[in-house]
Amino acid sequence: MRTEIIERAMPWIAVVLLFVVWEIACTVFAVPEFILPKPSQVARVLVTSAGPIWFHARETLITTLIGFGVSIGVGVLLGVAVGSSRLAYRSFYPMLVGFNSVPKVAIVPVLVVWFGIGFLPAVITAFLMSFFPIAVNVATGLATVEPELEDVLRSLGAKKRDFILKVGLPRAMPYFFASLKVAVTLAFVGSVISESIASEKGIGTMMVQASADFRIPLVFAGLLVTAAMGIGMYAIFAAIERRMTGWATRRMDLEGMD
Amino acid sequence: MQASETLVDMRGVRLAFGRRNVTVAVENLDLAVRKDEFVAVVGPSGCGKSTLMKLMTGLVMPNAGTIAVNGQTVTGPLSFVGMAFQNPTLLPWRRTLANVMLPLEIVEPHRRRFRRERAAYAEQARALLKTVGLGGFADKYPWQLSGGMQQRASLCRALIHGPSLLMLDEPFGALDAFTREELWDVLQAIRARRAFTTVLVTHDLREAVYLADTVHVMSARPGRIIASYTVPFRRPRTLKSTFEPAFADLVQRIRDDIHTEREADAVAVGDDEGAA
Repeated sequence: MRTEIIERAMPWIAVVLLFVVWEIACTVFAVPEFILPKPSQVARVLVTSAGPIWFHARETLITTLIGFGVSIGVGVLLGVAVGSSRLAYRSFYPMLVGFNSVPKVAIVPVLVVWFGIGFLPAVITAFLMSFFPIAVNVATGLATVEPELEDVLRSLGAKKRDFILKVGLPRAMPYFFASLKVAVTLAFVGSVISESIASEKGIGTMMVQASADFRIPLVFAGLLVTAAMGIGMYAIFAAIERRMTGWATRRMDLEGMD
Repeated sequence: MQASETLVDMRGVRLAFGRRNVTVAVENLDLAVRKDEFVAVVGPSGCGKSTLMKLMTGLVMPNAGTIAVNGQTVTGPLSFVGMAFQNPTLLPWRRTLANVMLPLEIVEPHRRRFRRERAAYAEQARALLKTVGLGGFADKYPWQLSGGMQQRASLCRALIHGPSLLMLDEPFGALDAFTREELWDVLQAIRARRAFTTVLVTHDLREAVYLADTVHVMSARPGRIIASYTVPFRRPRTLKSTFEPAFADLVQRIRDDIHTEREADAVAVGDDEGAA
């Protein structure tokens, strides 16, 4: 019981410890505010500029979630196609890998040419950053079905659709949810990159402007808010994962579930 | 039991695979299985026993020769087959009952009725689970069952849609000796209740003689049938009968056949051991 409480408190303790060490280090070494602001200075800015920060953070959150939503849809479809058909695997997989290797920073200016600045390029960058791990994981789940099980289903006259719905997709679920946790944080990276290059709203824009004005504490406030949103989303998807794929971790409390 | 109608008729079958078909799995294979007969196929490891099963059920097509089931040449996967393997291959996200009912969701005519008559089918599945001693485990997940229990459930899944041909690929191979012998009797009891043709691939010779009406011995690769034995013992057979001289004698004769084969194989090829 005691160890459980300590275990639950550990993430918070670790974060607090990081801030304490940071604060002390800045004070002891007399680091100027425009190089590395103290956590207390950042905290003050978080309060005094709460309005603008909230305005930009909301923009980034919405952009990210829309891009992420699209990447779930596209990622699952691509994953199913690539994971269930050799031909699709052969044709698309190398292209996917190549596409994923392209630095997304380099694509943003092109997106701006096509779609103007602001909302749309950010959504698209978030999508581009995050669909790949989803597609790869879903494909892996589908492609690693035991050959004997395939024989059982084929000998029952199962169609491709049966195979995907009854075995492939359920089997891919643990892979899928694991990928969501990675993908949602990547989506934040994508939207912030795009905002910092070409937008009038969003945390990325705010941080670029703040650093141009030498308001370094505000830059760090933006970083912290982005990190917090990432952790929040991660936690939400981790909770969904536990709920949906308990069978994969053999949880005993599943017995009462349906 | 002695209906002489032929269900499976394989003649001069050859199958090769690998790059440019260099590996010949079976060649000149002739095998006939009567309706409702229990056939066991034994042979040295890597002799193509599992390939034989896939050929018989239409999962792979032969390069040469003909395979006819029910008098019709096989051109694709047969739909009246149940299959069980050494690995139980249950779906870990489904409870035992739902695992057993999987074939009913796929195979016609059950597929069409499944939604409407789900309760009736569930009842049927529960009854079947009871006959293999899993009455109280229908609502457990596969990982909550022991290896022997999983294999029983796998057997139920193979039988739920009432197949007229049951294919067993070393289904008891990974179990301990006691559990294995228990499952022999489970299988024997199921067959006593309802007649269906069974083909069992195994390398346990006692198992083959205990369960089968006919034991076919396969040669080393490329596999073909080199000897066939009719098992004369009356049913139901009991574990006691496995200690009778006539039983031990038959097992020994089959063992000699395989031994000769393995030695011939060791002289002929030494490089492709192991692959089942």
